[in-house]
Amino acid sequence: MDFLDYVQMTTGQKIAYRIKSFFTGIPGAIANFFKAIGLFFKSIFTHIGRGFKNYGSRFVNGDAGTKLSYVIMGAGSMMHKQIGKGLLFLAAEVSYFYFMATFGLTYINKIYCSDILIKSQKPTEPDMIVNGVIGREAPVYVEDDLFGQKMVNVDTVDDSNRILLFFVLTILITIAFIAVYVTNTKSAYNSYEIIKSGKKPVGTIEELKMFLDERFHVTLLVIPVVLLLMFTVLPILFTVCIAFTNYDIDHQPPGNLYWWVGFQNFADVFYSNPMKSETFGKILVWTLVWAVFATFTNYIFGIILALMINKKDIKFKGFWRTMFVITAAVPQFVTLLIMRLLLGDSTGLNALWNTHIPFLSDVTWARVTVIVVNMWVGIPYTMLISSGLLMNIPEDLYESARIDGANAVQQFTKITFPYIFFVTTPYLITTFVGNINNFNVIYFLTGGGPSPASYYKAGQTDLLVTWLYKLTVNTSDFNLAAVIGIFVFIFCAAGSLITFNMSKASKNEEEFS
Amino acid sequence: MTNTSVQPPVVDQSGYAAKKRAANIAIYIILSIMVVIWIFPIVWLVIQAFRGEEGISTSYFFPKQWTFDNFVRLFVERDDATGEIIPQSEMIYPYGKWILNTFFVAVCSCIISTLIILMVSYAFSRLRFKSRKTFLNLGLILGMFPGFMSMAATYAIIEIIGLKQSLFGLILVYSAGAGLGYQVSKGFFDTIPRSLDEAAKIDGATRNQIFWIIILPLSKPIIVYTALTTFIGPWGDYIFVSYFMKANKDNFTVALGLYSMLEPEHISKYFTTFCAGAVLIAIPITILFIIMQRFYVAGVTGGAVKG
Repeated sequence: MDFLDYVQMTTGQKIAYRIKSFFTGIPGAIANFFKAIGLFFKSIFTHIGRGFKNYGSRFVNGDAGTKLSYVIMGAGSMMHKQIGKGLLFLAAEVSYFYFMATFGLTYINKIYCSDILIKSQKPTEPDMIVNGVIGREAPVYVEDDLFGQKMVNVDTVDDSNRILLFFVLTILITIAFIAVYVTNTKSAYNSYEIIKSGKKPVGTIEELKMFLDERFHVTLLVIPVVLLLMFTVLPILFTVCIAFTNYDIDHQPPGNLYWWVGFQNFADVFYSNPMKSETFGKILVWTLVWAVFATFTNYIFGIILALMINKKDIKFKGFWRTMFVITAAVPQFVTLLIMRLLLGDSTGLNALWNTHIPFLSDVTWARVTVIVVNMWVGIPYTMLISSGLLMNIPEDLYESARIDGANAVQQFTKITFPYIFFVTTPYLITTFVGNINNFNVIYFLTGGGPSPASYYKAGQTDLLVTWLYKLTVNTSDFNLAAVIGIFVFIFCAAGSLITFNMSKASKNEEEFS
Repeated sequence: MTNTSVQPPVVDQSGYAAKKRAANIAIYIILSIMVVIWIFPIVWLVIQAFRGEEGISTSYFFPKQWTFDNFVRLFVERDDATGEIIPQSEMIYPYGKWILNTFFVAVCSCIISTLIILMVSYAFSRLRFKSRKTFLNLGLILGMFPGFMSMAATYAIIEIIGLKQSLFGLILVYSAGAGLGYQVSKGFFDTIPRSLDEAAKIDGATRNQIFWIIILPLSKPIIVYTALTTFIGPWGDYIFVSYFMKANKDNFTVALGLYSMLEPEHISKYFTTFCAGAVLIAIPITILFIIMQRFYVAGVTGGAVKG
C-alpha cells in the first residue's frame, strides 16, 4: 500500500491500519532486537579481535627486542631507547605476577572446592558432602557452656563472600593485564618499525604529553572508569554470580559456606518451587499492570494539564505552573510519607472524616490508591516537560491550520498531539522502565502490603524491585534477589531496545553497535 | 486572514465568544480544583508542623494550639521530667547532626561527582577515539540494572576497604556511580560549535587546554545544573543509605533520620516534630528545584529533539 491509498481511507480504516501494522511490526521488531544483540556482541568481539590482530605476525616480523617483549614486558621498549615506558611495562608485569602469587591464586583455588563436609545446622538434617563449595575450610563448632555453640577455627575459616568477591576482582585485573600486555607488544613493534625507517622513536616525556592531547580521553576517563569498575561493575558481576549459588539465610558467611547450585534458583523462581514461582508470577503481572497504568495516566493527564495551563486566554500561567511544580519539588520521601499518613487506616483523612476507608490496607483499594497517588506525584513532571514542548511548536503551523479552517480539536489531533508524541517517545519509554523500577511510591506508601501468607515474603502491591529489596534487606535471600535483579534487567533492556527499534524517532539507534 | 467574506455572521460570532468564555471558565474551575487537591497534602504537612497537640492526627483540620516548639525540638530537646536540655549526643533523633552529615556528604559528593560527570561527558562529546561507541553502549547497559540489586555487594566492598557505615564510604559510593550520569551534560557539550575547538587547535592548543580554557567557561549553566542535582541527591536518597548505615544513628542522613522518626514506638510523640523537620529541609530543596526546572526540561527532552 502506498501513501495515496492510505490518505484515501476513512479515519476508522486508518486507525485499523495503524493497529494492524503495529502488531504485524512486532515480529520484525523482535527479530531486529535479536539482530541488535548479535551485532552488539559482534562489535565487542571484533573490538577484542582488533586488539589481538597481528599479534602473531608482529612476533614473526619484529626484531629480537620485540620478540623478547612477548615474554618480558617492556624489553622491546627499553631496547628501542624508550627506557621510561619499558620500565612501566616491566613494573606492570612484575606487580601482576606478584599480585597473582600472593593474592589472586589463593582465591582462584578456592572458588570451586570439591568433597567438602558440610555439617548440618539443624538436628533434623544429616551432614553432607558437597561439590563446588566456595571456600575450603568449613567452620567447626563445639558445644560451649556459655554461648551454646562456638566456632573454634575463627582465624582460618573461609569466607565465601570474600572469596567470590576477590575472585571476580582477580578476573577483572587479569583482563586489564592482558590489555596492557597486548599494548606492550604493539608498542614494541611500532617503535621497531620507526627505528627501521630511520627515525627516532618518541621519548617518554613526549609520550606523557600525549595524555594531555591526542590521548586526553584516557586521562579523562581513567578515574571514572576505575571507580565504576570497583563500585558498579564488580558488585553487579558479584551479584550475577550469587544468582547461581545458595547464598541465603541458612548459608550466611562468615558462619557458613555457600556453594554453586547451577540454575536451581532460576528454576525455583520460574516453576519448580510452587510458592516462589506463584509469588513471582503474581508480582510480575501486577508490576506490568502498574507500569502501564502509572505511565499512561501520568502521560495523558499531564499533557491535558499542560494544554489547559498553556491555553491562550488563560491568565496567571506562572501561578498555576508554580503550584504544581511545588509538589514535584518537595523531596519524594517527604510527600510520600505524608500521603501514607494522610491515607492511613485511622490517621489523616480517616481521622478528619471519622471514617474507616482502607486506602492502603485492602488489596483493591491499595492498588488503586498507589496509582492515584502516583498520578499526584507524576503529573506535575509531565506537565513541566510538555509545557516546554508546547512552547516549541512553531506558531505558524497553527496559523496556517486556522486559515485552512481547522477547529481546535483538529488542531490538537493533527498538530499538537503528533508533535508531542513524536518528541516524547523516548521519554515515554524511559518512564515505563522507570515505573517498573519505581521503588519509592510503593515502598513508602504501602511497603508492599497487604501481605497474605500465600506470598513468599512479599505483599500484593509489591513490585519486582521492592520484592528484591525486601529479599535483600529483610530476609537475606540474596540468591533469589539476584535472580529477580537479572530478570528485571533483561526485561527492561529487551523492552527498551524493542521499543527503540520500533519508534521512528530513533532510526539511527536501530543497529545497537 | 484575507477572506473575511466567509466569516460567520455576527450572531454566531457572539455565540462563539460565549462558548469560548464558557470553556475558559470551565478550565479555571478545573485548574482550581486540581490545585486544591495537589496543594492539600503540602498544606496539611505545614499545618501539622505548627500543631501544639501531640499525636499522629486530629479530627479537625486547623490545630487548636499553634506552636513553634516542634521546630525548636529538632535542635534542642528538653527532658520531659526535669526540663533540662538533653545533650545532642543523647538525643533519640539528633536532627542537627543529620543535617550536618547530609550537608557534608552532599558537598563532597557534589564536588567529586560534578568533576567526574564533566570529564566523562566532555570525553564522549568532543573527543573521538576507537572504543567510544563500545563505552557508550556498555554505559547504557550498566544503567539498566536495577540500582540497588548489587547493594549487598557494594556494602561488602566498602566493608573490606574499612569504610563501613561511615560518611566517607557513602561519599565514595555516590561519587563512584556518577560516571553513568553524563547524558544531560553530554547533550549540552554537543551543542557547542565544533569550530571553536578547531580554531583553538590551529592556534596550537592541546585538548587539555581546550577543555579548561574554552569549553568549561562556556558551560557555566550545565556546571551549575550538574552541581545542583548532585548536591540534592543525598538529601532525598533513602534506599541505599538505609541499607548502608544499618542502625548507626550518628551517621544517618536527613532522609533516613526522618523516616526513623516514624518508628511505631515514637511516632505519636514525634509526628509533629517529623513534620517540622520535613518542612525545614523541603524549603531549600523546593526553591532549588524551581530555579532549576528549565534545565530539567531541557535535560529530559534535549536528546529527543535532536534525534
